[in-house]
This record gives sequence, structure tokens and C-alpha cells, in this order.
Amino acid sequence: MEGKGRPAILKEECTGCGACVEACPIGAIRMHDGLAQIDESCNLCGGCRDVCPSGAIRFPEEDREKQPAVAEHHHVWVFAEVRQGKLASVVPELLGAGRRLADQLGESLHAVVVTAPREEIYQQLFGYGADAVWQVEHELVFEGDEMARAAALCQLIRRERPAVVLFGATAMGRSLAPRIATRLKTGLTADCTGLEIDPETRLLRQIRPAFGGNIMAEILTKYRRPQMATVRPRVMKAPRFRPDSSGPIHHFVPAELDGGLTLEELVLEEVETVNLEDADIIVSGGRGLGDPRNFALLEELARLLGAAVGASRAAVDSGWIPYPHQVGQTGKTVAPKVYIAVGISGAIQHLVGMQSSDVIVAINKNPDAPIFKVATYGIVGDLFEVVPALIRQLKKMRGVT
Amino acid sequence: MLHVVVCIKQVPEITEVSIDRRTNTLVREGVPSIINPFDMYAIEEGLRLKEAHGGTVSVISMGPPQVESSLKEAVAMGADRAVLLSDSRFAGADTLATAYTLAQGIRRLGQFDLVICGKQAIDGDTGQVGPGLAEELGIPHVTYVRRIRELGDGMLRVERMVEGGWELISTTLPALISVVKDINEPRLPSLKGIMRAKRTPVTVWGLEELGCDPQRVGLTGSATEVVRIWTPEPRESGELLQGDPEQQARQLVERLRGLGVI
Amino acid sequence: MQYFLSEEQEAIRDLARRLAEEKIRPQAPVLDEREEFPSQLMKELARADLFAVPFPEEYGGMGYGLFELCLVVEQLAWACAGVATSYAASFLGALPILEFGTEDQKRRYLPSLAAGERMAAFALTEPEAGSDAGAISTTAVRDGDHYVLNGTKQWITNGGEADVYTVIALTDKTKGARGASAFVVEKGTPGFSFGKKEKKLGIRCSVTRELSFTDCRVPAHNRLGREGMGFLIAMRTLDKARPGVGALAVGLAQGALDEAVAYASQRVQFGKPISSFQAIGHKLADMATLIEASRALVYQVARSIDAGQRDFSKESAMAKLFPADVAMRVTLEAVQVFGGYGYMRDYPVEKRMRDAKILQIYEGTNEIQRNIIASALVRELKSRRR
Repeated sequence: MEGKGRPAILKEECTGCGACVEACPIGAIRMHDGLAQIDESCNLCGGCRDVCPSGAIRFPEEDREKQPAVAEHHHVWVFAEVRQGKLASVVPELLGAGRRLADQLGESLHAVVVTAPREEIYQQLFGYGADAVWQVEHELVFEGDEMARAAALCQLIRRERPAVVLFGATAMGRSLAPRIATRLKTGLTADCTGLEIDPETRLLRQIRPAFGGNIMAEILTKYRRPQMATVRPRVMKAPRFRPDSSGPIHHFVPAELDGGLTLEELVLEEVETVNLEDADIIVSGGRGLGDPRNFALLEELARLLGAAVGASRAAVDSGWIPYPHQVGQTGKTVAPKVYIAVGISGAIQHLVGMQSSDVIVAINKNPDAPIFKVATYGIVGDLFEVVPALIRQLKKMRGVT
Repeated sequence: MLHVVVCIKQVPEITEVSIDRRTNTLVREGVPSIINPFDMYAIEEGLRLKEAHGGTVSVISMGPPQVESSLKEAVAMGADRAVLLSDSRFAGADTLATAYTLAQGIRRLGQFDLVICGKQAIDGDTGQVGPGLAEELGIPHVTYVRRIRELGDGMLRVERMVEGGWELISTTLPALISVVKDINEPRLPSLKGIMRAKRTPVTVWGLEELGCDPQRVGLTGSATEVVRIWTPEPRESGELLQGDPEQQARQLVERLRGLGVI
Repeated sequence: MQYFLSEEQEAIRDLARRLAEEKIRPQAPVLDEREEFPSQLMKELARADLFAVPFPEEYGGMGYGLFELCLVVEQLAWACAGVATSYAASFLGALPILEFGTEDQKRRYLPSLAAGERMAAFALTEPEAGSDAGAISTTAVRDGDHYVLNGTKQWITNGGEADVYTVIALTDKTKGARGASAFVVEKGTPGFSFGKKEKKLGIRCSVTRELSFTDCRVPAHNRLGREGMGFLIAMRTLDKARPGVGALAVGLAQGALDEAVAYASQRVQFGKPISSFQAIGHKLADMATLIEASRALVYQVARSIDAGQRDFSKESAMAKLFPADVAMRVTLEAVQVFGGYGYMRDYPVEKRMRDAKILQIYEGTNEIQRNIIASALVRELKSRRR
């Protein structure tokens, strides 16, 4: 590529420690007379600068327009999050979105796995559309050390140069992605709800809500690569699973990694109900329930619907139900197919957490409650009459069908 | 002695914001500002750690001069020192540039053991600055912390909220954590604290004081670019289901079945 | 209206408002329903240094006056009159020590009261001595370096919750009111016990209990002022505390008005928000005007007292009488604006109506306030003629 410079080694600063030699993913640095030397194959990834303890590596003026690496990045990558041995439900959705982007670019779709190798995970990744799988192999990475995972992924991304990397906007994705993006000095867009390729510029157009869904923004990463995004679960459509697909599996053994975290224990709660994040239907209760015991009524309704149980801040602050159930500004943002708000008045702080749901049902005795302004279906009435009636109707329906 | 740094962001009070169609920016004039709610838990946790272990709590923020009022509020709650990173060249920073600038500020503050951030800001909703800042500082990070189990002897053990449960994670200090609402209940400032905050000056550092690379701050240092913002279509007005509870319930079940969602 | 508060006064008011909005208001309905004393909230007020506001700095206070106390009480009452009553009653109990205590007595009691570590209560009323406070029959008989108290005090706010009680008792039964003296009695003193908690119409989270003294020995150095000064101490205390009751009424009424305006703006009947109907709009206008007049009166009286006005019985009576009547009227109207919803306990205005009634009764009924004002008028006329 024209005009591609090489980083300079500041002789006074370089201590000859060799950290850069280790860090260079393409072997472009050697030690010579106790000083580092960088050859022409350098792709300006910046890996050496990041590890240099004495700041001895100076990059050519970073004129972003001329940053050569941009055009040299290809393919769409998806981070294949695996939780407790199972592929996270957001991954097929990412593969669906990624497939579309890869097709628009005329490139391929890769999935990256950082958990212990498992055949059935690969089958799922290929079945949902991956053309290739990258398996990162390192003990620390398998053990769930996010710092090691981030470091390994950085090494791999620097070497392979994908154009786009997508993560689920999950706890893990939202922790790993910014760490990686910062190390790679590239752009990251959080919690996207829309992704497409601009046919002219071939840039990834990233659409995301901000201010609790009150505004939408389109964001581009024009001059840095890869273009990284976390994608809100349950927004993209998972493709149909094709069981007989397969493809190549690349194994990547990272250079030495420093660990950072020790995952000592994972404690799963709410075993009987569905997680808010994974639910198609959420039944939420608020102050109108009047008493913690009345959540039992909602739980019964939720069981019939296969729904998760949510709550307003008022209910959580009153100690009626634990915080992981809270929906809204200081709780979780959810967008299920159906959100049933029972005895929730609908303060703006609650609405921002659920107003992207496809269908909103409001059950409240106050006809003036703001929740009715966003409701697809509203029922003005006593929840202690309406919810039991709903339970009866659902049981009847289940009995018939 | 424990030195805690708490990062805060000033955000508009209401979640209903308007957009200037001409400049495609958020209209913030006339909208009262508050400390990002999640950052209140971060401040409280810092103060509790100080009360338990002794030491100091410094609060730091990047933003325009008016952010001083939020920093003063943190002092009124009990923080010892307040630093504002403010420079017109910092404006328009994305999370990458913000993380870099905050890291420069924290380095300048001196020795620290723990950096605490809120889970995310209610305006940007990204939650990216915390992990990015940890990366810039070269320290480990744990997100979504709901409880600090143990802290001392250069190590930290925390409970982290994840989908469906929580993880027990340990790491070494210095480290960065981002906290969720469950971790504590923030105190209000005290009157004596407010009077103290009125007397305590906020330290303001600009680009030169921080020794920032001008290419890495503000709009220039940002990797992402917001090219368009708009307000989503309002929801269509809904249907009120009439009749007695039994009839209302039946109609609702019919509607939901009709949509194929149950 | 702009009252030109100093920067510090604004800070005091704003902090009290934040506590009211963030801590008190969410709990007010629950505390009312359970008739539960707000111990946790009292701790929050203490942590925010709000108890310290009206105490001098040398006793750990913030060194402000009655006006600043009124700013706090008003904001607390905006959220819950019961919480505001508990707070204000502690200051009422502390006032006799602050105004009439010896240096030693002040050092012993004021710092912990200013810190909010302990609360105080004021005990004058008895079963047979309500408006006729001179009819009290609790006795304090000197016995060496102690006094022995016997008798019963009734309807004592913070009774049982407070640690420090200023008690008015007769040291000389033959002299009636002129034979009364004031004592500081600490909770836990042998012979000092509490009766059952009263069940009230309103301010249900504020506790009201009977105090019983049975051969209760109180050290003589706990007597405030000289023997025989008790009734004077009580009257001066009440005079000074009355604008605080007025501020409580203003806050309570303002809260009711805020609820009513918000409701009237969003409640639609006949296709329009009900606030657009004159019948409602005029109601709201009258409520607002009455509240502003009350506030102006309370603020000015409190400022005048702080500025050193000497004889203020009449003005302080006015600053309790008028706002209390206004609060009653405003809260009644607020319920009316809410209509049927207003009568329901799920909505916030009926509580305010119940709470408001006590303001016309406690700390001197409004009839007694009128007596005070009327007799002052006659006195003034006589002094002008002289």
C-alpha cells in the first residue's frame, strides 16, 4: 500500500526488552544490537506500541484518511458466546445479521469461540450460517478470565484483520468488546438494534437507541478497523437452522497471556422462571400489587405464558422482589414480543426500559396512568379481578388446544 | 489506606430530550443536570470503602465547566477531592477518547487502588467507558458488580451480575469495577458537606496539564462518528378492552393469539 | 414568590426538599398505613445534619435560626406531615433547654440533640389540662438534691421514642400556674414509664404516648430556670415554636396543591382535562393564593423573631392560626378536585386531609390562638390609651 510508513524506534528510550517482538502478530520485529527493528511487513496494527513499557515506539503521523489498514480488513466476525456449555441465544441472531452483512460485502462470516472446544457448538455455528470458526485455545481463556479473553481476541483480530466484529450486548459482550476496542484503538457502538452495509462506502451503518430509546442514532466507524458493535439481544432474527452445514475450524493459540480475573464460582438464580433477557413474554408487577405476596399471582400467569417476571422500581425498592427483576432506567432494558404491565403506572423511568417491546399490555385501575399511552392493549380494572380472569382464560385455551 | 477514584458523568435530568434538527445534537439548554444515577452508587460505594478502610475518595469527570456542580455534590456527599477534565478540545469525545482522557486524569491524580464507575450512563447507555478506561490504565476490570465481598492485601473479590445469576470473581488491585443499583443505597449529601463543598475548589485540568496527545481526545480522537440522530416513531395509540374482567381477559387472549405471540 | 433566600438558606431548603422527595415521599403512604414511627428517616435527617440547623455552633449545630428551621419543616411536611411533626417536636422539646438551660445543661443535652443522635419531646398537656394548661396536676416535690415527680402527661408527641423530655410540673400546688417548674427527664429514669401508643386520625407515623411519673426521682440540677418559672418557660417555648407549625401547614398544603394541579391537568372528563373547567381552576387559584399568603406570613414572622423582635406572641399565634386553617381548607379542596379517587386511600390526598386536622388542634388550638391575638389587641389598645 502506498504511503505506508513504519513506526520509528526511539533509540534513547528502547531498552531492548523484546516485549514488542513477542507482541507482533506477524513477526515484523526483530532485535538488533539490543534495539528493536521493524521491517516493511509492518501493518501498523499498534500491538507493539501498546506493550512497549518505555514508550519507545513512535508511529507515523496518524493521518486517519491515509490509515492504510482500513482497506485491508475483510470479513464479518461474530463472537460466539457460550454460557454453561450452551450457545447464548443472541449468537444465532448475530449470525443472522452477520450473514446479511457478509453477503452485502461479498465476504464471509466467521465465528470465534473462546470456550473449550465442543463439536456441538461448531455444528450450531455452521448451522446458523458461519462459513468458518475460530477456536481460541488457552487455559486461562477457557476458565472464563475476561482479561485473558480480551487479550487473546486482540491478538487474533490484529492478525486476521476482520472488517466487522459483532458481540451480543450481554454481560460478557459488553465487558469484552470495549476492552478490545480500546486496545485496538477502534470504534465500538453499543447495543445496536440495526446494522447494514452502505452499498457505496461499504461502511457498517450502526443504528442504536440512546436516552432510553427516546432517540435513535446512526453511527459509523469510518477510519479505524475493525468496526465493532454490540448487538441488543432479541432484536435481530435468528436464521433457520440448517443441520448439515459445516466448514473449516481454525485453531488459534495465543502468544503468552497475562491473566486478570479468577472466576471462582457461578451461581445461577431463578431456575424456575425464564431470564428477563431471554424472555419472549414478560409479566411485570408494580406498586399496584400492594404486597409482595401478590407476586405469586404474576408468577402463575408467567408460568402459563412461559414468561419471565419483571417489576417496576417501586416494587423492587419496596423489597417485594429482587433487583435482577427490575425493568427501567436503573434496571434492565428489555424488548420482548409481549410486555404485560400489571399495576405499573408507567413513570418515564420505567417506560424507557420497555417501550421497545412489540406488544405492550397494561392492566391498571387508574385510566389516567401514563402506561396506557404506550399500551397496545389496555385494560382498566382491578388487577386482582383481571389477572385471575386471564389465568382462567389461558387455562381454558390450553385445555382446548 | 485505600485510594478510590470514582468516575462520574453529568447527564440531563429528564429522559425526554429534544433534538436540534439543524445541528442534530441534543438540546440540553434548560434541562436540569444530575449525576448519572448509576454513578451515585459508585460514589456511595467509594465512601463506604473509605469509611471501612480509611483513605481517600477522589471524584473525576470529563465535561464542560458546569459539571463542577455535580462534582461539588459528590464532595457534599463526602468525597475528598474533585477533579474536572475540561477543555474545548475534549468536546465530542466518543467512549474511546473519553476513556483515554479519563485515564490521563487518573494517572495525574497519583496512586490509586480502585476505580469505580457506574454501570452505564442514562444518556448514552453504552457502559463502554469503564472497561475502556481499565484498558487504558492497564488494570483488570469487572463489570456489573453488585457486591464487594472482600478487599485488601492487594486483592478484590466481588459478585458480578450476569444473565440468570451471578459470578464470584477475584482479581488484583489496582482494578476497576462498574457497579449496579443493587450494591447499595446512595446517601444524600449532608448540610455540613454542602457547606464544605462550597468552600472546596474543584481542580480543573485541561489538555496541557494532562499531557494529552491532541490526536486522541475529543472529536479528533474519536473512532466513531454520529452521522444522524432522529426520534423514533411514536407508538400507535392502543385499544382499550371493554367489558367485565372476564370479557376483557378473553379479548386479550384472543388478540394475543391473533398476533401469534401466545 | 421570590423570598430572596441567601445561598445557604437555599442549600438548606434544597437539601430538605431532596430528602422529602427521595426518601420521605415514597415511604409516607406505608408509614401512614402501618402507623409506624419513621426511625430510619429520622436517622437520614440526622445524617443530613437537618437536626443541627437551629442549634448554635458551640453545641454542634449549624447556627441558624427559626426561619431556617421553618424552611426545613415546610419541605418535610410537603412529603409527610407526620415525619415533619416528629422532627419539629424534637426541636420543641429542646427549645426550653436552649432558651433557659444553664451552660452545663446545654452542654449535656444540646450536642446529641443537634446531631440527631437523641430526640426530644415537650410534655405539658395532661388529661384534665389541655387548652387550660394552668390546670396541670403533675407534681415535683423537692427531696434533697432531687425532685420526686408524680402524675401523668397526655398526648406527648415523640413519647417513648424521644430520649430527653422537658416536663412541666408543679413545685408549689398552692400557686397554680405560678407554682410550675420545668425539668429535663431522661428516658430510663426509674419511675418514668410510657402508656400505650395512641391511634390517631392523621399524622399516623408520628407517635403520641402518655407519660407516667410514679415517684420518679429527677436530679435537682435538671430543673430549667428557677422554681415557679415553668409556666413562663412553657408559654415562651410555644410562642417561639408556633411559626414552625405554620411552616408545617404551608408545606402540607403545598403538597396537596401540587397533587391537585397535577391530577387536574391529566384527568380528562367531557373530553378535556378538568383543569380547564373554571370550577376546578378557580379552586386551584384560591388554594394557591391562600398558601402563598400563609407562607409570606410564616416567613416574615420567623425572620422578625430571628431579627430580635421582643414581644411576638400575637404574630406567632397568627403564623400558626392562619396557615393551619388554610391547610385544612386546601386539603379538603384537594380531595374534592380528585373526586372519587380523592376519597380512596390509594391516592395521596385523603391522607393530607386527615393530617391537616391536627394542625388546628395541637400546640394550642386555633381557638386559643385567637384568644392570644384578641387579648394582645386589647392590651395594645390599652397601652396606646395610656
